[in-house]
Amino acid sequence: MTTTTIPAFPDTTDQRSKLAWAVSDALAIAHRNLIALFRVPTTLVFSTIQPVIFVLMFRYVFGGSIQIPGYPHYVDYLMPGIFVQTVTFGSINTGIGLAEDLSKGLIERFRSLAMARSAVLAGRTIADLVRNLIVIVLMVTVGFLVGFRVHRNVLALLAAVGLMLLFGFAMSWVMALIGLATGNAEAAQAASFPLMAVLVFASNAFVATRTMPGPLRAYAEHQPITATVNAVRALLNHGAVAEPVLAALAWSAAIVAVFAPLAVRRYRQTA
Amino acid sequence: MTDAAIVVEDLGKRFGTVVAVDGVSLTVPAGTVLGLLGPNGAGKTTTVRILTTILRPDSGRATILNHDVARDPEAVRSSIGLAGQYAAVDENLTGRENLRMVGQLTHQRRALIGPRADELLERFSLADAADRTVKTYSGGMRRRLDLAAALVHRPPVLFLDEPTTGLDPRGRNDLWGVISELVADGMTLLLTTQYLEEAERLADRIMVIDGGRVIAEGTSEELKHRLGATIVEVRLGDAAAAERARSHLGGIGAAEVLDDGRTVAVTVTDAGRAVLEVVRSLDGAALTPEWMAIREPSLDDVFLQLTGHKAEEAATEAPPVAAGRGGRGRKRGAA
Repeated sequence: MTTTTIPAFPDTTDQRSKLAWAVSDALAIAHRNLIALFRVPTTLVFSTIQPVIFVLMFRYVFGGSIQIPGYPHYVDYLMPGIFVQTVTFGSINTGIGLAEDLSKGLIERFRSLAMARSAVLAGRTIADLVRNLIVIVLMVTVGFLVGFRVHRNVLALLAAVGLMLLFGFAMSWVMALIGLATGNAEAAQAASFPLMAVLVFASNAFVATRTMPGPLRAYAEHQPITATVNAVRALLNHGAVAEPVLAALAWSAAIVAVFAPLAVRRYRQTA
Repeated sequence: MTDAAIVVEDLGKRFGTVVAVDGVSLTVPAGTVLGLLGPNGAGKTTTVRILTTILRPDSGRATILNHDVARDPEAVRSSIGLAGQYAAVDENLTGRENLRMVGQLTHQRRALIGPRADELLERFSLADAADRTVKTYSGGMRRRLDLAAALVHRPPVLFLDEPTTGLDPRGRNDLWGVISELVADGMTLLLTTQYLEEAERLADRIMVIDGGRVIAEGTSEELKHRLGATIVEVRLGDAAAAERARSHLGGIGAAEVLDDGRTVAVTVTDAGRAVLEVVRSLDGAALTPEWMAIREPSLDDVFLQLTGHKAEEAATEAPPVAAGRGGRGRKRGAA
């Protein structure tokens, strides 16, 4: 057979199990994504300014003319909608980030490295989870400032936050697929924004669905945003909790189950 | 065959109906440099992508240090470094952060990651800019960082895809100096380029590739003898004079009249001597040139000689993998 004499290049690698490396690589990517997030203030600012504007607009401009039975203070009805909206639009950044990595040749470099194949997607979704947490905390604070109050205990609040993070996680997989499929940041944004807008506005985020015309109402009442908003509202205000929470969990689980494998497959296919 | 770091046999790759790589075979002995020379669309980048396990070949096989790229990609990835056409560094991170990230992703021992980053920053003259974000770097600095990132895990085999495209002459020279040092350290290098000068400067052997096929191979000396190293251009007063000049100068080297109808280009190997001969020949034929110039052969000249047609104008460069659909007839999922 052939013998190869290669110069003495020392082996400087650490030895760990494959799973340990998968985790380590994912965290390295997540770390890098988060640094970028804080260094590019526009994404963070855009994710927070827009919802703040919506809060102010719906709370003060429209709020007076919107009556929701069971909610003496519209702001208590509104805030869960705003939270879920924020998380949903924020997930667009997952897609844009991946599209940018693709177009700038970073994915290509990653492919030539002996790193875990799952790390890029896992790292991206982890980073977005952290981002969502920060943004939710910010939004809750803003909510308190405009009169929002939690009418249950801290546990319910934590459960609500957990539910929103799970939903954001689910949506990032949808956006990941779009980002990978379009391959550049502008196309990713163009493709995701209308989709998200339709989802968010044709829901009960801002108004009760019973005021919507027939077919729209049917759609609005049976989509994931409405389910999640219902659950968060129930947790933070009043009413039965078990059913809406289960519905929200089921939606998030289903979205992940469908879109995560699709996104992974698309990632692998981009060669 | 002994001491072969890279062995490629009859490699083939197509994207839909476009055949990007059509039966390429090559061998690169350990510690040497192979230059793949060809225009855009020749198949250089696709070949590199296959060898660096980014793409799977449709036919043929390739081994790097005896690891098959299709069957054992993990082992291949540990031994290779790639600095692609686009400086694949994260703009939002600093130079140091970029190198540390690659250190983590290449599973370097944690204690070594920091020092290795420092060492590379020093070596590539980026120490001063190490803690600034890459967004603030010049093109040359990005390329150097890209190269440094490819070397973090000390790969014995390095792939450089058009390393100096887009750099100014100073940046190009700097990078050549760095690359020469790496080679002196014993690294095996496969580099692709459009520039004959770059191939000459850096490569031990050059392989000319076009349309996915190897069309010539040899050391730069061997190719120069085949292609001629210099072009002497002489502009005459009119077409008739040019035609006369052409027949006289044909004895010195391959002579042809260019598109403008008045300029004769002679391909020679020894510029100095050839100029004297050209002058004497024209003088003897009572032809006074309006203008005379000596220039390096362009890739067009090389290709004209080897293939009988000009290298195509740079249409689209090979995009990074999967940068959207379209481009050059690639179908989704074609692998």
